[in-house]
Parts: sequence; C-alpha cells; structure tokens
Amino acid sequence: MAVEETTETHQYLTFKLDEEVFSLTITKVREVLDYTEITRVPKTPDFMRGVINVRGGVVPVVDLRVKFGMPPTPRTVNTCIIIVEVAMDEDTTVLGVLADQVEEVLEIAPQSIEAAPRIGTRLRTDFIQGMGKRDEEFIIILDIDKVFSGEELSVVQGAEEETVGA
Amino acid sequence: MSEQPNDAFREEAYELLTELETALLMLEECPDDMELISRVFRAMHTIKGSGAMFGFDEISAFTHEIETVFDLVRNGEIAVTKEMVDLCLLARDQIKAMLDASAGEARVDETRTEHLVQAFREFLPENKECPAQEQVSQEGVDGGQAQHEPARKSALKTYRIHFKPASDIFANGTNPLNLLRELSDLGEARVVAQVEEIASLENLDPESCQVHWDIILTTAEDKDAIRDVFIFVEDDSEIRIEMIDDGGYFDDEESHKLLGEILVERGDLRPEDLERVLSSRKRLGDLLVEQQLVQPGKVEAAVAEQQAVDRQRQTRQGQEAVSSIRVPADRLDKLVDLVGELVTVQSRLSQTAAGREDALLTSVAEEVERLTEELRDITLNVRMLPIGSTFSKFKRLVRDLSRELGKEIELETSGADTELDKTVIEKLNDPLVHIIRNSIDHGIEMPEVRQVAGKPREGTVHLAAVHSGDSVIIEIRDDGKGLDRDAIRAKAIERGLLSEADDLPDSDLFQLIFAAGFSTAQNVTSVSGRGVGMDVVKRAIDALRGSIQIQSEKGRGTVIRVKIPLTLAIIESLLVKIEGDHYVLPLALVEECIELTRQEVADAHGRDLVRVRDQLVPYLPLRGWFAIEGERPDIEQVVITKVNGHRVGLVVDHVIGEHQTVIKSLGRMYRDVEGISGATILGDGTVALIMDVPHLVQGAELAERNATHAAGVC
Repeated sequence: MAVEETTETHQYLTFKLDEEVFSLTITKVREVLDYTEITRVPKTPDFMRGVINVRGGVVPVVDLRVKFGMPPTPRTVNTCIIIVEVAMDEDTTVLGVLADQVEEVLEIAPQSIEAAPRIGTRLRTDFIQGMGKRDEEFIIILDIDKVFSGEELSVVQGAEEETVGA
Repeated sequence: MSEQPNDAFREEAYELLTELETALLMLEECPDDMELISRVFRAMHTIKGSGAMFGFDEISAFTHEIETVFDLVRNGEIAVTKEMVDLCLLARDQIKAMLDASAGEARVDETRTEHLVQAFREFLPENKECPAQEQVSQEGVDGGQAQHEPARKSALKTYRIHFKPASDIFANGTNPLNLLRELSDLGEARVVAQVEEIASLENLDPESCQVHWDIILTTAEDKDAIRDVFIFVEDDSEIRIEMIDDGGYFDDEESHKLLGEILVERGDLRPEDLERVLSSRKRLGDLLVEQQLVQPGKVEAAVAEQQAVDRQRQTRQGQEAVSSIRVPADRLDKLVDLVGELVTVQSRLSQTAAGREDALLTSVAEEVERLTEELRDITLNVRMLPIGSTFSKFKRLVRDLSRELGKEIELETSGADTELDKTVIEKLNDPLVHIIRNSIDHGIEMPEVRQVAGKPREGTVHLAAVHSGDSVIIEIRDDGKGLDRDAIRAKAIERGLLSEADDLPDSDLFQLIFAAGFSTAQNVTSVSGRGVGMDVVKRAIDALRGSIQIQSEKGRGTVIRVKIPLTLAIIESLLVKIEGDHYVLPLALVEECIELTRQEVADAHGRDLVRVRDQLVPYLPLRGWFAIEGERPDIEQVVITKVNGHRVGLVVDHVIGEHQTVIKSLGRMYRDVEGISGATILGDGTVALIMDVPHLVQGAELAERNATHAAGVC
C-alpha cells in the first residue's frame, strides 16, 4: 500500500469511530487487519487495549474512541485494526488502532483541505492535521504522530517517583 | 563498493590496537620478554602494512616511526623503558584518533602527531637515521637499493618475470647475472634458468646468450622499480613482468593457481594438452615433460612460482587468527530472529500434533522439536564472546586513573573466558566502567592512608566473572574503605527515601544509592562529564534484566555483584493461566508448584501465607496485582519461586506447562509497566505476557511496607 506522494494530491484512508468519520494519510498506514483477540496488559490506561500478534511481532493496540473521550469500541463484525507507523523520537513505532469500520481510500487535493477549527471538534486541535472535504461533508484528518506523541503514551505517569528500589 | 575495504581495514586496525595495548601493558611488567616485544612489533607492522595498502598513508607513516624504534628493541639495540611504553600507549591512542577521524569523527590533532614522532626519534641512537623507504622483506636485504623515491607500499607482492635477453647481449658488455643479482636485491627471488635452447657443445657459440630466465620475485617494490633493473637492456630483450600475488588481497583463493593454469597462462602449454594430461594419473609436471609438451625448465619455473606464492600466503595467514570467520553482527541478529520464529512455529507444530493422535505426525514433530532445540542452543551460543576482552580494557583504565589520582592500584581479573552475549558485553561496558571508577576514586584510599591503616600500599580491585545457573555473575571487589553506612543513611533520610524509624538491613540500605541524584555528592574531577551516576548503572543493569547487589564493610572494602541472565532472546519458561489470560515466567526461578484451596485461604485470616512442608511462604495473588476481573476459582495453583534467596509464591489459576519463550519486546509504550518484561507468541498464535518476577516481588514488598506504615503497624 505504499503510495508515493504525487505532486498534486494526497491519499487518505477513511474510517469510522462511532459514526464519525476520520482519516489518516496513507503513508502512515501499513495494513488493515480484522479484529483479533487482544491480550490485555495489566495496569495500563483504558485506551491501551493490549497487544496482538502480527506475523510473529507483538503490536500494541489502542482504542482511539476511549482516547477521544467516547465510549469504548464494541466488537462487531466490521471492527478492524488499522496498523499504523508513528514517528516517535526519531524512531518509528508500529501500533494498531481500533476502528468501527474502515471505509475507503480517498484522494484529497491539498486545496480541499482546510485548517483545523479552534473549537467545536471535541478533540485537541493539535491532533488534527486538517479538515478534508468529501462531497458535502468534512472529514477530520488526524495527525497520528501528535496523537501518539511521547507524553501521550507515557503509561504510568507517576511511576517514576515511586520506584525507588526496595 | 569502495567503502568495504576501508571498513574492513578499520575493523582489523581497531582489533590490532586492542592487541597492541594489551601487549604493551604486559610489556611494562616484563620489559625483557621477547615474545611480548614481538607481539608489539607484529601488531604495529600489520597496521603499517595494511594501512599503506588501503591508502591510510598518515597512519602508515606514523606507525612506521614507532616501528623503527621497536625494531631496534627487537634487535636488542635499545631496551624497553617505562617512558617508551608510555609513549607507545599515547601513540596507540593517536592512531586510534586517526582511525576515528577517517571514519568521519573528530579531526586529528596534527601537532600532537608531530610531538609524538619527535619523541620517538629521541630514542634512536645518534648514528642511525630513519630510512626514508622501507624494505619489508624478512629475508633481509644487503645494502639496499639506491632508490630515488621512497617505496610507498610495504606489503609484499610477488611478480613473475620473464627475461629473455637478445642473443648478442654479451656484445654490449651486459652480464645478465648482474641483472639477476640486482633483482634479488629487491627482494626474495627464485630464479629458474631455461637452458633448453642452448645448442650442443660442438655447435655452441660462447659469445651468444642462449639462456633465458623465469624469475619469481617477492618484493615490496612496484613494477617500475623492477623495470628499472632492465632499463638498459629493455630494447634488446624480451621482458614480461606480471604481478601474481599482490600482498594478500586475494588470499581467499585456495592456493595461487594450479600448475597447469600457470603454464597455460604463460603460453607454455596449450589448454587442450593440459586437459588430456590431467585425465591420467601421474604428477602433472612430470607428465608434461614426458610427453614433451613443456620443457622441464618451464615446469620447474612454474612450480617455483606456485611454491613461492603459497609460501608467502602461508606466512601471512600464519599471523592471522585461528580458524574463525568474521560475520557482520546484524546477520547474526537476523539468524537469531529466524531461529526464534522457528521455535514459535515448532511449538505450534507440536501442539497440533498432540491434538491429532497421528503417530507419524507425532514422531515427526518430536524430531523437529529436538532439532529446533539444538539449533536454538547453538545459534544463541554463536553470539557469545569471552568477557576477557572487556577486562583487559579496564586494565588500561585502572592504570591511567590510579596514576592520575596518585594512588597505587592493581587490577586483578578472573574468569576472563566466561562467555556472554555480544550485546550484553557491550551494554555492560559503561556500567562496569563506572563501578570501577567509583572503586578507584571513592573506595581505595591514598597509599599513605592505607599504610596507616595497616593495609598494603597498593590497593586491589578484583574483577571476576562466573556462570551460575542460567546467569552470569560479575563481581567487582575492592579492598578500600568500604561504604559509609551512616552517611548513606543520613543522606537517605535527608532525601526522604527513609524515615528515622526505619531499620533496613545493610543490603537494602546500600540499594538506596541507586536512587536518582544520590551519587552527586563528590564527583571525580576527571570523570569525562557524561553525567553517569549509579542510577544510570542500575537502569542499564535493569535493561539487561539483571540485578545488582552491594556488600560492604567499613574499612575493609566493597563487593558489588551484577547478575545478568545469559540469553536475551529465548528462555525456558512456565506457562500459566489466569482467567483466560496467559502468562509465562522464567523456569529457572521456579522451584515447585502447589495447590491452594479456598479453605486454606480462609484459614490464613487475610495473611497471604501458605505452608510448604515446614516453611511458611508468602505469596502474591496475581489476580489482584494484575487487576484481573473474575472470581477466584476454588482451587488455585501457587508457583513457588526463588528470587534473591527469598521464596515467594505467585498465585495463578492453572499451570499449563513448559514453554519455549521467544522474547518479544512490548515496545516503548509499555516500558514502564510494572511486573511485565515482555511478550511471547504462543503455539496458537495468541500473545502471552512475560512476568518480571523480581520486579513483581520488589513492588509487592514496597507496597506492603507502605501499607504497614500507613496503618501504623510496625
């Protein structure tokens, strides 16, 4: 699915989180998997659902709905896991994102993308790369690197102070 | 493509520099040991030669200066002194700096190079001058050629020279024998005269030259120098000069060339004839002569060539390491990865076979299991290196640092051949350096102080490495002044890590020095400002899933024990299940498993203790610890583990069995999760989490201590 960025348009994968449509630039998307058993990791925040096995590698899975303040993703026949590559401190991390439904790959010309609105999206503005226009509606284009930046993922915030050694 | 030889040279050079340093340090102790002197000389010589061949002229020229001095040492003309060894060590550092510079790091300080060269020249006796050119031939060269330009390359090359003078060459006053002598001055020459064309005695014209020569010459000179020998007779003679061995670059080929090939190459034999003769049994040379396909002289010349080149090769190879192969580390990593995947799939195969009741399938699966285990063991062993090389690096560190601080310290080592995974050795380097530095700086006292205390002036730091079960224990022991218990206690209270009322045993108290910011009290002024503290050391050891313990007696000394598991990648584990979730824990830690009934839990009145024969063993209810929802079953299993000498039980629902665990990292997202150190893929494709038992136990102890404090219970 590796797509070279042409000079004119960009391609985005659209998916649904609880009826709302989001999208990610295709260059960050590795593959889309069917929902599979997720192994829970104890003592982690709710939005970190656990880990799955992808061809012998262990990949963490995140519930974006929970992260965005929505109720947790239910398991349905359409539920998918989108495997993305996130840039984190000069490294790329692979992780999976739960989606209620994966829609299509869309071409959106840069002219059709508007800046993120300051308020009204219920999301932090830095998570939003832009608003893409599809037909008559606007789709939120997520900046996946910002959503999963280092601080966002720091699992147990206060742990550092506690572990002083027995 | 042009990068590879450079990298190959650099790799080799770094190794040679390590060897050089080791030999120099040993030479310092025994300045008369000829064997050590040879080792030093050989290392320098190889660096110089290879350096020149790969175009590292600066390094080659610099090393040449040192080698000149050491050559005199080798011949017994000057003796090894402490200043010389010091200087050599500095020079070695400078060569390393040059190597680093060539790899794109910091630029070399040229003035320093100059100073060192000057310092070395001081060692030369007055009347001997540093020859501007090198004659590297070991056979010795008399007189040396009056060469105009200094020979650039000092690697020995072998040439095949065909010299057929015109028959009237004597009329010019030329004596071919003189030319041959000149050639042999250039290096080691094997001359074979071809005399077949000499007419019979009655027909012989004594004034005509009917002999021609085939010469194999091994020399450091290049083709032009050889050509120069024939400069006056070039026009009248047939001269062919070909390089057939260029100083080891193509040493990978078996022997030089087969005799027949050489002859064909020289045009003395037709390929078809060679073929035909090869199919019979006798030795090739004899047969060729017999069948009059080749003149005996030519065969002799070809044999001479073959032998000469092979001999050169052998001398070179004799100096190289024992039969071993250099393998890029990442290729090994890939191999380990693949073996890991094989182990996973093999366990799936075994699981599938077990479920099928097919005798044939089962026996095949068993066979695969056996082979996979062996493959796993051998592959993981491939990355193992003896820790000795790390130890010898520390000798230099101890020497320099103790010198700098004005202390007298000896570094002793034992267990240098204990093997560890290559990555582990690399990652251990910095923590060990820091610990040793601490010993030298804070531990061992000044010589006068020691004397007053009744200790020998010279302090000792002892490094030991030993296998223990599936771990390696590295011990750093010093006979210095030991840790100050009270000072540590005071500082801990000051930092809020401890309260006045706490009474920790020493071993636990000393662990507090690993807290961040603890060790910033007195910093060594010569520490290279890397900001390394004991907390970084602890973190590095933790990252290797190891543990570190400190024992100390005031006035007597300190012992620091670092325990590291042997393999990073695959471990034998016990697979357990809690409410649908699978976990594994290292089998090496497991002592036994016993049942725990609901009744027993009730009888214990809220204390998490279980009776094992005549002992009371505390246990950790993992359900609660991992926040797993669901009801506790009536009968649970307690896995009794032994951590740091203490027995602790872990309560699970089911114990399933042994499992070959290929460790997969959970990634940075889960870096701070307590109690889980990784994950693994089970035979059915699901993920099981790897329990970090020591941390679980530690965390539980801490939690309990806090709880009892809060409750005001002592």
